[in-house]
Amino acid sequence: MELKEKAIVLNEKDNVATALADLEAGSSVELDVDGGLLTVKVAARIPFGHKFSLAHIEQGGPVIKYGEVIGKASATINAGDYVHVHNVVSTRGSTGAEGGAR
Amino acid sequence: MGVRNYIGVISTVGCANDVAFWIAQRIKGTAPFLHQAGCGQLQPDLEIVTRTLSAIGQNPNLAGVLLVSLGCESTDVGRVEREIAATGKPVKKIVIQKAGATVALNEGLLIAQALVSEASQVRQQEFDDSHLVLGVKCGGSDTTSGLASNPAVGAACDMVVDSGGTCIFGETTEFLGAEHILARRAVNKKVADKIFKIVDDMEKRVRASGGDMRGGNPSAGNIAGGLTTIEEKSLGAIAKGGTRPIQDVYQYGEHVRGKGLFVVDSPGREPEFLTALAAAGAQVALFSTGLGVPQGFPFFPVIKVTGNPVTFQRLPDHIDMLVEMAAVKGSGLKATGQRIYQEVLAVASGKQTKAEILGYGNFPGLYTLGPIV
Repeated sequence: MELKEKAIVLNEKDNVATALADLEAGSSVELDVDGGLLTVKVAARIPFGHKFSLAHIEQGGPVIKYGEVIGKASATINAGDYVHVHNVVSTRGSTGAEGGAR
Repeated sequence: MGVRNYIGVISTVGCANDVAFWIAQRIKGTAPFLHQAGCGQLQPDLEIVTRTLSAIGQNPNLAGVLLVSLGCESTDVGRVEREIAATGKPVKKIVIQKAGATVALNEGLLIAQALVSEASQVRQQEFDDSHLVLGVKCGGSDTTSGLASNPAVGAACDMVVDSGGTCIFGETTEFLGAEHILARRAVNKKVADKIFKIVDDMEKRVRASGGDMRGGNPSAGNIAGGLTTIEEKSLGAIAKGGTRPIQDVYQYGEHVRGKGLFVVDSPGREPEFLTALAAAGAQVALFSTGLGVPQGFPFFPVIKVTGNPVTFQRLPDHIDMLVEMAAVKGSGLKATGQRIYQEVLAVASGKQTKAEILGYGNFPGLYTLGPIV
């Protein structure tokens, strides 16, 4: 599908954005964050529907989407980095059928 | 109060479906409720069946009810009849084993016709939107669901709650990994504990059946689509319920009472979930979809909303609204939610949805837990 918008930030608290198109490495993306404009240069190719970082996230730091913690960084993440299973882990444990921390 | 004015022709057991369907096909102004339950089931399931049928009959979109009974079913038909009648609406019953299907059919046709005539004298009146009871659902999801249509439907849900109305969501399977976030929105600890309990119970049932909801979730397909963790997947799903406090958690088949946002413990599959909404008392539903799904319901309007422009183009006969991803970003979400909310009000005031006009949705399901014996 063809979209004019290149990426979306779902909540002003988020530190990741989701690509609405395949983004080439090195391309600059303008983002609407609650009315304000933020420009991020993506460090890698980001496929449609995948995420990149808006800010520096320390290893162990929270990765936030929908204004909620979706996992923690398993490595240091810089602004513009591709964010996915290689550098984020669930805090709810996808192995523990009894559920994660409450 | 209702936003439609049907006579419900409710089958009280699977074996009575045909007669109920014949009557509903023949008499204008009726809506059938068909299912396969009510016989060969254990007591806990029969309790679910009885309370669900009773709550279905109490749905405000039904002005009256004709129960179609076989005679020997295990559903507590007397209780269904009494509880519906207690709301003040007319309830009649035909029993197939008393005289055979054709005699019962003829009797039922005459009763249904008389009930429709009576219901047709009800005049449409104007009410403010605090009387609205909205159900929300998502299905046939794709990448656009969590990014556009679910948050947009959620924004509309918030508007219903803020206007003093009632909003109902469920699909317990989709809470997994985000139940701690939902629980934080509960109005008190008791309600928070109920949220944890329905997720725990669901996982126990899945494990007892040899499955595992948490392992391998998100799936390889989810990960290829860009979803990283189970929290992210579930947050995208529960976004359709909006952001307001959760007032209480109801069991499947219970009638929701009160204002604000409520959870009904329920599976995500469409036929059974839409029945949960009907039983809960929803007058109208919003259905967020990515790939496009056809389901409606016999007696409440289901408004389909997609964030996928290709789906909207491909399925003009099913999808009511397109919410462009570009329109939900940042400050646009509120305006998009408002557009959906206005559509809900229009439909509640009589505008027909695509599923209603097509007559798509005659075969809902009734969710039970135990073995068929």
